[in-house]
Amino acid sequence: MIRVLSMERAGRRYGSGPRQVTALDDVSLTVQAGEMLAVMGPSGSGKSTLLQLAGGLTRPTSGRVVLCDSELGTLREAELSLVLRRRVGFVFQDINLLPALTAAENVSLPLELDGVRSRRAMATARALLSSLDLDDVAGRLPAQMSGGQQQRVAVARAVIGGRSLLLADEPTGALDSLSAESVMQLLRTQTGNGSAVVLVTHNFRHAAWADRILCLRDGRLIDEVRPPAGPESLLRREHV
Amino acid sequence: MSIRYSLLAILDAGPRHGYALKSEFEAATGNVWPLNVGQVYSTLSRLERDGLVLVTEDEDGQKAYRISDAGRQDLKRWYGTPVVREVVPRQELAIKLVFAMRSGPEQVREVVQRQLVATMASLQEFTNLKATAERDGDLAWLMMLDALIFQAEAEARWLELCEARLAHLRPQPLSVGADAEETRDVERMP
Repeated sequence: MIRVLSMERAGRRYGSGPRQVTALDDVSLTVQAGEMLAVMGPSGSGKSTLLQLAGGLTRPTSGRVVLCDSELGTLREAELSLVLRRRVGFVFQDINLLPALTAAENVSLPLELDGVRSRRAMATARALLSSLDLDDVAGRLPAQMSGGQQQRVAVARAVIGGRSLLLADEPTGALDSLSAESVMQLLRTQTGNGSAVVLVTHNFRHAAWADRILCLRDGRLIDEVRPPAGPESLLRREHV
Repeated sequence: MSIRYSLLAILDAGPRHGYALKSEFEAATGNVWPLNVGQVYSTLSRLERDGLVLVTEDEDGQKAYRISDAGRQDLKRWYGTPVVREVVPRQELAIKLVFAMRSGPEQVREVVQRQLVATMASLQEFTNLKATAERDGDLAWLMMLDALIFQAEAEARWLELCEARLAHLRPQPLSVGADAEETRDVERMP
């Protein structure tokens, strides 16, 4: 098993003195390559803070966050940027594709920023879009795509270059049921390619795509859910 | 759940023996509702009595059932009639929560959280099964799993709301009426 992300008693406080707020407290977890983890909890439970710590967008005030052997809290800014650019992809509810670029150009952008020549980056982007059944939209601008197509392109942009960790914050929030399902399918497929996925969501149906669901309350992990096996299983279909 | 109409629906595709009806029903519904042979034959006798199925005996002496015209019409009526919802379903979970309230919010919180974990685990199981159904192109089974998924999701959202309500719960002061009632009870005591 290749460990992609680990948090060891990680915490994040904001402010100081009587105004101090603990957003995340004493959280320990690991995510392996090929695994999908969902994080659920009410608003203010620390879900977004957990995702920000995992993605190096904020540093822990206690404990450690380790991404592929790099302890994020101790890296200098330049090192951190490099690790994040190469290892982590983000997908947000606001899709954030650049409106003046086609789908293929949007997807190739991270490679170009990483120094890959434009032609090669575009070829890689087109091949990736093709593997995700998005050939049809490769040449389209975001405004010429449906919300579901845009989010699928955003997932492609987040995984191009074979990133180890994909962080998704309510990626289906603005989509209809079927489009949302296609995005979830695409995220799930990425684990088959060896990436780890961490999904933050309010949606129980979408969290259920994950191998494990972590429940957060008041900044602490209170439960971990896995699908039932053996006699606990509700359905025993012969051909399953 | 209507076994009667499910059997008519299977027979609408062609004649069957009793045991084949049982197997086909269970396969179509993913073994969610296992059916015993007794139920199948008692339902078939009622359908025969009502003229909705016709029975013939083949060379081996086995009974084969086929749907009659009246049966087809009855089936059509069933498809065209919305299912009536139970207004107040006798749901064990709702009853458990109502009684847990008597032991206080902590007890309810525990019931809610335990159930939420179990419901989410079921959701994961149904979602995993969907991948197989999609791969097999089994649309009927897929829609059935969707139904189970949406029901489990509704339960999870309801539990989440219960939890949020508990978080906002403040101790209720005793009402003046309740105080007065209590005083009267005391006064009546010998």
